[in-house]
Amino acid sequence: MRISLGAVSRPLESLNDKTGTWAVMVPRIDRERCIGCGECYMFCPDCCIEMVQEDRKRYAVVDYDYCKGCGICSEVCPANAIEMVEKVIE
Amino acid sequence: MRKVVRGFYAVAYSVKLCKPNVICAYPITPQTEISENLAEMYANGELENCKYITAESEFEAASILVGASATGARTFTATCSQGLILMSEVLINAAGMRLPIVIVNTNRALSAPLSIWNDLQDSMLLRDSGIIQIYVEDNQEVHEMIPQAYKIAESTMFPTMICMDGFKLTHAYEPIDLLDQETVDGFLPPYEPPIKLSIDEPLTFGAYAPPHCYMEFRYKMHKDMLNAKNKIEDVFKEWGEIRRDWGGLIEFKEGKTVLVSLGSLVGTMKEVAKEMGLGYLKVRTYRPFPYDEIREALKDCDNVVVFDRAVSFGYEGVLTIDIRNALYGESPNVYSFIVGLGGRDVPKEVMEDCVSKVLSGRAERYRFEGLKDFEEVTY
Repeated sequence: MRISLGAVSRPLESLNDKTGTWAVMVPRIDRERCIGCGECYMFCPDCCIEMVQEDRKRYAVVDYDYCKGCGICSEVCPANAIEMVEKVIE
Repeated sequence: MRKVVRGFYAVAYSVKLCKPNVICAYPITPQTEISENLAEMYANGELENCKYITAESEFEAASILVGASATGARTFTATCSQGLILMSEVLINAAGMRLPIVIVNTNRALSAPLSIWNDLQDSMLLRDSGIIQIYVEDNQEVHEMIPQAYKIAESTMFPTMICMDGFKLTHAYEPIDLLDQETVDGFLPPYEPPIKLSIDEPLTFGAYAPPHCYMEFRYKMHKDMLNAKNKIEDVFKEWGEIRRDWGGLIEFKEGKTVLVSLGSLVGTMKEVAKEMGLGYLKVRTYRPFPYDEIREALKDCDNVVVFDRAVSFGYEGVLTIDIRNALYGESPNVYSFIVGLGGRDVPKEVMEDCVSKVLSGRAERYRFEGLKDFEEVTY
């Protein structure tokens, strides 16, 4: 284990901390309902939402590695396309 | 060069000679004149390669210094009392980030009730924070301690706090043998941090540590703090060779009954010890605590009389707790006298009275000495 003076870390080292393990509830996005507005992308406090463009459809995708399940995306979604569901640990 | 100056100036002048890069402080009695003196020096262009930044609170002042120190700047702040505890959230982070910020704390009582006067409750509250604490007896000692504090901080990578008594030292005029630039330059090399923040190399200081590694960081900090004792002794020794020998982590004079204290009270204590033929022990570095030195010094005496100016409410005097612990398994009787809270005067007579209580077997485990008769009322 590396113990650095002053707990100093270099950029991108924090990617190793998969904070998504904290989540109890996680968002599930209904791609049919998603209107690709990007509201959830703007509001996500952990930058865990990516907007994906596929042909003529644009929709949100969650990065479950880092999503802590706060539910803000689900609250702000104008299309009611995000449901919070219990996380299943496999 | 000997000059009659106030404690504030003794501090500020010495800080100037240490060539700090960033000074940031927020006014609070009895510290204000230290930062005022430095601000004046800054305005007069006497501080080269230095930025004096005004802050809107002590919290901000400490935060600015954390950022500055991380970039490799030599930093200085002064505060006390409510200001110190407002800084504490930031300073405890600075300790974990191992930033060698030098702080002068002009010891003042804590609220409530509001008091601007002197006791040690403020710095003692930060006992367990990972900040090195050095207590000084007079203004000459604080003047000479500042270059040493920088050397200690920068060789151990811990924030270092010099504690000087508010009013009793800060406002007092004393003839001070002022240091010269050459002496300080020869003693204190420029600060070369082992790692620093820059635009070319972005870093996170004090990163997130989950349970699987947090404890190792804290263990390392504890071990480094213990090792800091040797480094502090080395610095004190080196200073003794080039300037004046102030002693090591403690100053000790043998006796069957030994008086123990720290800060400016030591002056009075030495007088009482001399007149009554007793020993004394002055604690210079409070954290890291000179456990071995104190144990070795006190283990064979009959009575240890501790004069405390801070209370651990619900237990006893704060310094006494540490002294008792250092003497665990040894036979001296340890008595705690809590004196001088909130600026209550501690004349020789009070100390002599404490000692005579001890010698005649009338002393308790701990006692508030110098209390007046009072009546409790619900206003």
